[in-house]
Amino acid sequence: MTVKTATQDGIPDGTDSSWVSECDYPGTLLERIHGWVITVDHKRLGIMYVLLALAYLLVGGVLAILIRAQLAVPNNHLISPQVFNRLFTLHGTTMIFLSAMPFIFGFANYLVPLMIGARDMAFPRLNAFGFWLTFFSGLLLYFSLIGGEGLSGAGTAPDVGWFAYSPLTSRAFSKGHSTDYWILGVMVGGFGSIATAINIVTTIITMRCPGMTLMKMPLLAWLYLVVGGMVLIAISPLTAAQIMLLLDRFLGAHFFDTQAGGSAVLWMHFFWIFGHPEVYILVLPAFAFASEIIPVFSRKAIFGYPVMVGATVAIGFVSLSVWAHHMFTVGLGPTANTFFTISTMFVAVPTGMKIFNWIATMWGGKLIFATPMLFSVGFLAQFLIAGLTGVMLAAAPFDWQLNNSYFVIAHFHYVIVGAIIFMIFAAIYYWFPKATGRMLNERLGKWHFYLFVIGFHLTFDTMHVPGILGMPRRIYTYEADRGWGTLNFICSVGALFQGAALVVFVFNIIRSLQKGAIAGSDPWNAWTLEWSTPSPPPSYNFATIPEVRSRRPLWDIKHPTDPDWNYE
Amino acid sequence: MNTLTAVPSFEQLPAPSISRGRVGMACLIVAESAIFIIFVVAYVFYTGKSISGPLPRQVLELPIAGTICLLSSSATITLAVRALRKDRKSLFGAWWATTIALGASFLFCTAGEWRKLIQKEGLTISTNLFGTTFYSLVGLHATHVVAGLTALGVVMIFALKGKVNRLHTERIEVLAIYWHFVDVVWVVVFCVVYLLAS
Amino acid sequence: MIESPIILTFQRRASLATGGIVLLCSQVCCGAVRSDPFSPTNIFSPASPPAHAIANLAYFVLLITAAIFATVFGLIIYVVAKYRRRPNDDGKEPPQVYGSNAVETAWTVVPIIVVVVLSLVTARVIHQIQEVPKPPGAVDVQIIGHQFWWEIRYPKYGVVTANEIHVPVGSAAEPRPTFLELRSADVAHSFWVPRLAGKTNLIPNRVNTMWIEPERAGVYLGQCAEYCGTQHALMLIRVYADDPDAFDRWIKGQQQYAEPNAIGAAGRELFQANACINCHTVNGIGGAGRFGPDLTHLMSRATLGSGATENTQENLRAWIMQPDHFKPGVLMPAMNLSDSDLDNVVRYLLTLK
Repeated sequence: MTVKTATQDGIPDGTDSSWVSECDYPGTLLERIHGWVITVDHKRLGIMYVLLALAYLLVGGVLAILIRAQLAVPNNHLISPQVFNRLFTLHGTTMIFLSAMPFIFGFANYLVPLMIGARDMAFPRLNAFGFWLTFFSGLLLYFSLIGGEGLSGAGTAPDVGWFAYSPLTSRAFSKGHSTDYWILGVMVGGFGSIATAINIVTTIITMRCPGMTLMKMPLLAWLYLVVGGMVLIAISPLTAAQIMLLLDRFLGAHFFDTQAGGSAVLWMHFFWIFGHPEVYILVLPAFAFASEIIPVFSRKAIFGYPVMVGATVAIGFVSLSVWAHHMFTVGLGPTANTFFTISTMFVAVPTGMKIFNWIATMWGGKLIFATPMLFSVGFLAQFLIAGLTGVMLAAAPFDWQLNNSYFVIAHFHYVIVGAIIFMIFAAIYYWFPKATGRMLNERLGKWHFYLFVIGFHLTFDTMHVPGILGMPRRIYTYEADRGWGTLNFICSVGALFQGAALVVFVFNIIRSLQKGAIAGSDPWNAWTLEWSTPSPPPSYNFATIPEVRSRRPLWDIKHPTDPDWNYE
Repeated sequence: MNTLTAVPSFEQLPAPSISRGRVGMACLIVAESAIFIIFVVAYVFYTGKSISGPLPRQVLELPIAGTICLLSSSATITLAVRALRKDRKSLFGAWWATTIALGASFLFCTAGEWRKLIQKEGLTISTNLFGTTFYSLVGLHATHVVAGLTALGVVMIFALKGKVNRLHTERIEVLAIYWHFVDVVWVVVFCVVYLLAS
Repeated sequence: MIESPIILTFQRRASLATGGIVLLCSQVCCGAVRSDPFSPTNIFSPASPPAHAIANLAYFVLLITAAIFATVFGLIIYVVAKYRRRPNDDGKEPPQVYGSNAVETAWTVVPIIVVVVLSLVTARVIHQIQEVPKPPGAVDVQIIGHQFWWEIRYPKYGVVTANEIHVPVGSAAEPRPTFLELRSADVAHSFWVPRLAGKTNLIPNRVNTMWIEPERAGVYLGQCAEYCGTQHALMLIRVYADDPDAFDRWIKGQQQYAEPNAIGAAGRELFQANACINCHTVNGIGGAGRFGPDLTHLMSRATLGSGATENTQENLRAWIMQPDHFKPGVLMPAMNLSDSDLDNVVRYLLTLK
């Protein structure tokens, strides 16, 4: 195997056609598929996670479009209440557990070993196990569509909402097996998440390359270290609550059986002790991507690395103490309400500070608005708004009006779509060249961005208003005299734009896999270790394990007279 | 074939001061602790809230025998690991088998206790809130004992075939950490369920 | 209700995007209007002290968040405009700045101060609303949530009704608040009438309390705000705020009930003989069904099925024949009465004023 001409910076690129990459491994189609199925390579597992997540993003998106179609006009009879209730349950469950989580685990899997100079994750077989658990958990959940009819013939897909409050989920009020499919599907996926988190934490702690102390590793690694820790702590309460619910439903236990003295509020506590850290688990990787992408496209180092680390760890801890802001209307009493107002407002401080750090990174830089940067700037503005509506909801009395209304739906979609999905798109455009050796098309990328931004704002800016005007969530229709009709119609139109954007995106991916420009090892002129390998990297990642002296090893190589380690 | 010669390449790197196995096991223990904490919280929350049925102090007896078995098994597993580190394979095998026997005895005692509770006292998981929280918490712990015993059993089989030696100490020690965790959980369960009952 | 949705939508979005100040002004002017031009359930059209306290807190929070938004969004726009790479760029990297203790301290301290202020103000409003002692003249109402209707009881007056609540108006000068005790007979529900107060959940095996004090007579709309099953969407609430005399008259009317009479005798017998009486109580004819709404004063209510349809003779007939038609998934089964039986029952029910 010969290495062809190096780039002007002296870094070998992957343009050598005689080198055999993962994707070009010879063999019959069956052999190649078999290779993917039995793989323990973190890069392949990462790609599979991301593809799984993308597929479920489309599925969840179709569910959303159906929901918006039903809600576009008042007193609509397009979809029955029974089907509608299953649509929003499946939409939420799919998007969180089968799309967002696999996206973040996929990127963790792909990037963490490469960025810390390791050859693979700490436990490759556990890694594969975690992926396949997630894969099968999705099949289990969707099998409910055909298998959910229990003996009493009641129900197909689950219809209890993605947080499945008690006692609606008890045998008495949820007949048949639809709820059981929800419980088992999510629980199995939870085990997969814990397996991946064990891998991420162990890899980052024990497998960093020589010279890479904790304070010299990329911010993405720090953020994923905290994410891993949070998954370990926060997923288990959900698993525990689901075991309790299964015991209630199958063995006659009384955990949430209010007739026997059980407490419906206990489920809420357990669920939200998971549920709130969960959304930080989802958003921290978005911060990770922003902390890698924004510096490269501003041509500047990240501003305030140590404070970013500190803020991340602070978020990790404080976010474990805010859960009952989802329960302000449950009647916990003024003391509890006050405590959770204060803790929720305080978690906004380390979270909001990061926005300043990113802006300061861009300040004085030379901003290049390639597609990853477009999505990153959208993320910045949208996360700002999402955080501010979060502060509004943190004020408990304000939440007594806004809780369970469309204002909350607008807020969390602003976070999950406006911040998280936007950064996932940015990350895909940024790292697709590394994973496949080809660039995604810039023009299609811009179409994707603008269509999605227009659709996103049409839908989710508007959506705050019906909430303020009294529209609760999870209703399949509404009266014409409430003044919500036109607003809902606008939200529904926005959904179509977002759908169109996703079609463009998928087309871009498929086309670029075949005809995209060859990327080389470092198309963006970046500074972290993954850009030193060929694109795509060989299965062993690095020919020799690198040794680093600063946070931006490739900056040091490209600027030998002015390396980073003089300043850190 | 000696499994040690087929070590994957990344194990030949200079080993960090903390081993992967230990960190991984620590992570697993964090996750498991979180599950147990939730079940303990449920138990404590529902104390005194059963609207019918037997009370803890009416039916529970301190499980002294089982506790002694389980806690001693922590000691014997430590001795086993120490023996293996000194490459004394038969001593290792003996202590390891003792650990398994003690763990199995604990399960046997739990089974006996449950039989008495179900058949004589009429306490099942669906009797009342106490039954629900008691069986689920003690049962969750017992499940982890079973899982641990299974892993210990697999090692026993390898040991009997003569395939375990000094170079496996690190991995055996990681498994021992799990076993110690199971014991610590039992101490917590013992205090919360049995000591608080009286 | 005047409605010009497109213009108002724009106005709403503009005020959200640019700050609470515009909202503040528009609402101070429009909020005092009897019926709201935007919606009968607009939280910024408060008509009761808890709703007022929340709206005022909301304006304060919106003001602060709008200021933060304007500042930071302005910075983003500035940075994007000023520092974009020019076409004639020389290709050199810009000066690398790794951090600044002064700047980072500043933007940590300022947000902390903001959060402290917000927390204190919020804590005060929490206690203002939730720690109000009940004055002696207060009206007590017990609300029990069912799938998918509201059982309303006035324990001191011996009145039982469904889905529509009557309360007296009150003011600072003549306080007459209504304290609601919230319970549930099955799953979790939530009582939300935005113009009167924030929402509070109804959770089985638990009692929650809240209070309202409408300042002006009229009808206030709301609905269940915690997903409770198939027909969560049509579990609507109507709160009638009455002047003190009107309220007393209503109570008296509810305390009396129609004596069994000749009109509708046939229907009444059918009612008692069929399963109707197992679920529905009607004072004066025996039975104590509580699975369905009390029908003693059925014809005094504006809607059927907690808002599923208007309470007219035709709808009543159609409802009994096939409740699913108006409210698919409702727990009342189709009664499968013959046409003549159905007519008789309706004739009887029409007498329950």
